[in-house]
Amino acid sequence: MDNVAFGLIVALTLGSAFVVVLSKQLLYSAIALLFTLFGIAGLYIFMWADFMAGVQIIVYIGGILVLLIFGIMLTNKISSVNISHTSLQKSVGAVIALGVLGLLIPMILNTSWYQLSSKEPSQTADSIGRLLMMEYLLPFEVASLLLLGALIGAAMLSRNTN
Amino acid sequence: MDSLQTYLFISAILFSLGLYGVITRRNGIAVLMGVELILNAANINFIAFARFGGMNFSGQVFALFVIIMAAAEAAVALAIIINVFNNLDTVNIDDAKELKL
Repeated sequence: MDNVAFGLIVALTLGSAFVVVLSKQLLYSAIALLFTLFGIAGLYIFMWADFMAGVQIIVYIGGILVLLIFGIMLTNKISSVNISHTSLQKSVGAVIALGVLGLLIPMILNTSWYQLSSKEPSQTADSIGRLLMMEYLLPFEVASLLLLGALIGAAMLSRNTN
Repeated sequence: MDSLQTYLFISAILFSLGLYGVITRRNGIAVLMGVELILNAANINFIAFARFGGMNFSGQVFALFVIIMAAAEAAVALAIIINVFNNLDTVNIDDAKELKL
């Protein structure tokens, strides 16, 4: 049962990731990205990171994906529906992507990973909150500054000057 | 099924797909989608190493920071793309060659 669910989630994630990069229609890509992000949230749950799965769904699907769909719909015109992909770029892209994959997979197989056994934690949000407030307090504050800067910068860039 | 290598394979495939998308797509928003795939691949790695390295929560905190950064990046990138569209009437990133008109 576990294996079946895991296989389905992996198939959903990778299958829709293929649609994201290969689909001709940009909106289909965005919808496929929704399923990819959902699948990744499922993988997080399999890795006992349930808080991260919740954050993934709220921030990525509820925030970034909606922003992307807004962007697609605001910048779409009938004349620009079919953005041409030249075949040269496709072959170069395939060579580079397959090359990177061909480097990564032997590395994953041949490395003797140092692993520690662990048992399922009873809670995750509590430990993450403690780490954020104690060990990673400075990065936490810097991240809030980054978000403030991005907020002001995006508003400045997108406001109508004329 | 539930081993470190499985998750690393999934994230390697997602990373390569994202790279392919970034290289081949000409629409700025589609390039952004490729970047999101790459960031998610990195996040899977962070959480997988946290899970199989003795359930260390630092990996999850790092993944959280990556998500924060991705949100900021998506907001600014979309503002830039919409600005480019308003000025040049296209979102083809090959046509956006100049900083100033």
